[in-house]
Amino acid sequence: MHSSRIVRVGAPLIIVGALALSSCSSKSEGSGGGNKTLTIGVVAPLSGDLSAVGNGIKNGVDLAIKQANAAKTVKGVTLVLDAQDDTAKADVGATVAAKLVAESSVVGVVGPLNSSVAKSVAPVMASANLAIISPSNSGVDLTGRGALATGTTQTRPYKSYFRVCATDDIQGPFAADYAVKDLKVKKVAIVHDKKAYGQGLAEAFAKQAKADGATVLKTETINPGDKDFSALVTKLKSESPDFLFYGGEYPEASLITKQMKSAGLNIPLMGGDGVDAADYIKIAGAQANGDYATALGAPTDKLASAAQFLTDYKAQNYKDPADPYGAAAYDSANAIIKALAKAYGEGKTGQALRDEITKEVGDSNFQGATGTISFDQFGDTNNKVLTVYKVTSGAFVPVKTDSFK
Amino acid sequence: MQLFMQQLVNGVVLGATYGLVALGYTMVYGIVQLINFAHGEIFMLGGFGALFTYTVLLPSGTPVVLALILMLLGGMAVSVTAAVIMERFAYRPLRGAPRLAPLITALGVSIFLQELVRNFYPAKSPRPFPQLIPPDYLINLGGGVTINAPKLVTVIAAVVGMVALSTFVRRSRTGRAMQATAQDPDTARLMGIDTDRIIVTAFVLGASLAAVSGLSNGLQFGTVDPRMGALTGVKAFTAAVLGGIGNISGAVLGGFLLGIVEVMATQYAPSPLSGGAWANAWGFVVLILVLVFRPNGLLGERVAARA
Repeated sequence: MHSSRIVRVGAPLIIVGALALSSCSSKSEGSGGGNKTLTIGVVAPLSGDLSAVGNGIKNGVDLAIKQANAAKTVKGVTLVLDAQDDTAKADVGATVAAKLVAESSVVGVVGPLNSSVAKSVAPVMASANLAIISPSNSGVDLTGRGALATGTTQTRPYKSYFRVCATDDIQGPFAADYAVKDLKVKKVAIVHDKKAYGQGLAEAFAKQAKADGATVLKTETINPGDKDFSALVTKLKSESPDFLFYGGEYPEASLITKQMKSAGLNIPLMGGDGVDAADYIKIAGAQANGDYATALGAPTDKLASAAQFLTDYKAQNYKDPADPYGAAAYDSANAIIKALAKAYGEGKTGQALRDEITKEVGDSNFQGATGTISFDQFGDTNNKVLTVYKVTSGAFVPVKTDSFK
Repeated sequence: MQLFMQQLVNGVVLGATYGLVALGYTMVYGIVQLINFAHGEIFMLGGFGALFTYTVLLPSGTPVVLALILMLLGGMAVSVTAAVIMERFAYRPLRGAPRLAPLITALGVSIFLQELVRNFYPAKSPRPFPQLIPPDYLINLGGGVTINAPKLVTVIAAVVGMVALSTFVRRSRTGRAMQATAQDPDTARLMGIDTDRIIVTAFVLGASLAAVSGLSNGLQFGTVDPRMGALTGVKAFTAAVLGGIGNISGAVLGGFLLGIVEVMATQYAPSPLSGGAWANAWGFVVLILVLVFRPNGLLGERVAARA
């Protein structure tokens, strides 16, 4: 999602905010009690439209640090948080990333929120082999997964980059499995908007749906910005499919489902997280009922493993909600803290400490709030969780959460 | 056959919107030879004006017919005001300037109006538009071919708009003055016609029809957004050129033709070039073919001798 949708939203550039927040950093020198102070960085949008999501990430890390300090997880070390505002912009992200890398006390970073920002942050981190774990990046290229679709060998572009969330490319197959195996649809129509996100999603869905045994009709395309889909709807109706998968975003999807049902073609529309938006229901009204959308991750309150995290989070009285990525950020921070505990215990310091932490993060294996945290050789999580939502009386309700194998 | 007829109906509906907006392009061009690229935004303002009237000015529980009439008036008020201001401050000072200057100005006005509306409605998404005419009320046209109520309204509005406009231009005093101004503005002025007023009238009429279209568009699709005028504007301009820019019947004919071609391309175009994504390309293929054989459009006059 964050490769396509949230990025577009943009955030006002509030450099002042970034500067103000950065003033609480640089505490590398040891504090009292013989304790060494080490820093965990956060790169996330802390101002602008996405600030609530960004602050949820910051708070998740803050909670992990507080708990580690209280439990003395890393012996002889007091951990502090250094949260940097990337304003959801790639160039700002690169700047704050360089700042964190230059700060020798920083032993690991959590973030960023957006895949587009990660593309400029990850290379900076990799240059210093400083571990960075994103709770939310879904862009396939960040771990070289783009190669999988074309059948070439996957290579890891950033040696210190990890993520604990699922990626865009598995949304299509996950949705197809749900449609064909759970909903038992037989004849699927596919429509997409020709954009990278929509077309990729639709093609991945079609491939998996065919493999699962459904009949897939010839793919139809539309132009983003179109409003009159009556020609498309009439054509689809003449082919009598029992399911429609749409690769694209909600402005067009909502009009398609509405016009389709108005014209008497009463089949569910399913889309990716580009459709999973409150405005989809606002525009399509009652005709959105029965439609589906997939999204990455799981609703935190539905996860048994996250119950303790949510209780602790609430106890801190943070202003912003933990959802959607607070729990994942908490797990990311804990992966860094556990790696640090091992590496620091071996007496490593300076660059050797960063190198060792990056290596240890790659070997992570523990039960986090969002499930088992472990990574493959490319930095992707092995626990790829997605959720199918169904529009039920005017709201997206989760109907299935599962990990994709 | 039923499929073909249904697609034909879809095409006529699509063309009705193009035609209504195309009338504004064609009238202004006919009189001042200005391609008013901001006309698409006038159409968009009509939709937003109607929405504003409904959400802000109308008390809830207003009877549907009354609400529709007031929304139409509200939309027209916004469109016409914008068109008059635009003419007065953006185009009139450039009346004697080279053609390119008002053309670029029109593009500037277009961007300005889009951003203005975006500031009033700072959402990243389309705004829901009240569905006063239920879109799932289907009217059977026979043989299983259907049209829903808001679409029928759109088609009726386009036909009524065109007939009313051409009657006005042919019969009324002001209409004849418009024809005179179009033929020769200098001589028209010598005959005592206030050409500035006639030009404003052309803008006002075009804006009114665009507002009708903006409202019917909102009713049909249930959304309006600041960018809606850009695409419709280009299509309507294409329709006007297709029919012969400057010609009122031509604009509507061009609109219907373009709509039908786009729809038929979606259904019947051969495989690699099929689908809605290619519909626009087919529309332009038809435009090029028409212009090759009739350089002034389907109903355009030969103006080679115009000095």
